[in-house]
Amino acid sequence: MRRDRIAAIVGIAESDIGVTPDKTVLQLQAQAAVRALTDAGLHTRDVQALFCAGAWTTWTNLMLAEYLGIQPIYTDSTNIGGSSFEAHIGHAVAGIQAGLFEVALIVYGSTQRSQRLRGKVPGEVGLTEQYEAPFGLPVPVGAYAMAAMRHMYEYGTRSEQLAEVAVAARQWAMQNPRAFARDPLSVEDVLASRMICEPLHLYDCCLVTDGGGAIVVTSERVARQCRHKPIWVLGHAETHTHHTLLSMPDVTSTGAAVTGPRAMAMAGIRHDDVDVAEIYDSFTITVIVTLEALGFCHQGEGGAFVSGGRIAPGGSFPMNTNGGGLSYCHPGMYGIFLLIEAALQLRGDAGMRQVPNAQIALVHGTGVQLSSSATVVLGRD
Amino acid sequence: MTMQAKPVPVLDTDSRPFWEGCRQGVLRIQRCKTCAQYVFYPRSICPHCMSDDLAFVEAKGLGTVYTYTVVHRGFGPFQDEVPFTIALVDLDEGVRMMTRIVDAGEGIGIGDRVEVVFSERDDGLVLPYFRPILTATR
Ligand SMILES: [Zn+2]
Repeated sequence: MRRDRIAAIVGIAESDIGVTPDKTVLQLQAQAAVRALTDAGLHTRDVQALFCAGAWTTWTNLMLAEYLGIQPIYTDSTNIGGSSFEAHIGHAVAGIQAGLFEVALIVYGSTQRSQRLRGKVPGEVGLTEQYEAPFGLPVPVGAYAMAAMRHMYEYGTRSEQLAEVAVAARQWAMQNPRAFARDPLSVEDVLASRMICEPLHLYDCCLVTDGGGAIVVTSERVARQCRHKPIWVLGHAETHTHHTLLSMPDVTSTGAAVTGPRAMAMAGIRHDDVDVAEIYDSFTITVIVTLEALGFCHQGEGGAFVSGGRIAPGGSFPMNTNGGGLSYCHPGMYGIFLLIEAALQLRGDAGMRQVPNAQIALVHGTGVQLSSSATVVLGRD
Repeated sequence: MTMQAKPVPVLDTDSRPFWEGCRQGVLRIQRCKTCAQYVFYPRSICPHCMSDDLAFVEAKGLGTVYTYTVVHRGFGPFQDEVPFTIALVDLDEGVRMMTRIVDAGEGIGIGDRVEVVFSERDDGLVLPYFRPILTATR
């Protein structure tokens, strides 16, 4: 590793997750924010930079900062979907490196399950969305289904291989008392579950839950004074490649092919340096195309890579160790939970599911219709 | 109980020629007069060369299925139409569109040749769907 110690994750926390009908989206975020700041040994009055992304209002940062009693001197509401928080990490590090602030708070919350916000279809569609929405594709699942169909056609990927991703996630979730879905799940169960959009079955799709999370990122100077050992941000990169699915040149290859090498080069690590990976799993196909694009296997070989228990507990490639969006929780934009789990693993505080002696974690978020990608490499001293 | 409305395009000066073409049975895409590349969806600058000199042209209406899905769980106003097939079709001109595949009695596959067929949705909107080109006419 050659990356200097510039900034670190020093506080992590989640709100209540799962089904939270009595909580507002602001309450969930306040709960997570206070817990994360307390985890760091910091206070809302220490927060200088606020990062937030959400679908609950246009004015996320204004409303949330006011509710928390924060008047930030740096604010960033970058919203590129589920990978927003991996991008926020990069932006926070850049701001700290530029000397603009020393304490950043990243927050997310959603009550999508209790408010039944999924599966809504707009009555009018303008601008560039009018060339897709009138045909009736359910999004995002339909977009990922079309990626999976093409992946199967080009590379011979099989439904059983997609199912392996869901089964491994469930096996990790069964080691996590907080996981939303903990019943045993087999490849046969996945294949027998209801077809949603061919070739994706119900269990190829992430959960729909409520929940929130928060992360505190600080300068090295502040990090040395915090309660936990710093989890250093060693590398980060982001991109987005398209918005409409029709504008994605190759639906089997994502922007991870750009962000993975950039983030790993910044961190000065190679693939076999990664001890634990947290890979956005909105759908089983998301994991397969991401692992390929990141270069953990060759293009087209993702189906074989995830098979045989490699990514399950006890396998050689520990991945999505909390159970992932497929079995842990998925409140709409899951990326913040990837970072929280990676930091927990590097602290050595992951309990039953702890990856022994994890020193380097690679986190990758994917947003919208395979549209946005952001990679973060984390490490401990 | 009223049925929820399906998404209706909000016409603007980029999109109006495309949607009016659909009503007239013409599939309109754009071609850049500067770099000669075809462009879809319609826009005011060429994404290939930044030129603002784009003209609408009539596409042949022939293409190849790039990928597809059969929808078994539709959202909102589409839930009663399942199963239906949504595809990305590569037009022979080299641009890609989202569409529905219809009249595919024996199913559809990636690589299949398809042709445009303008179809009026139940609310009157005319959409460019595609159907397999029959072997006899291939
Ligand atoms: Zn041009």
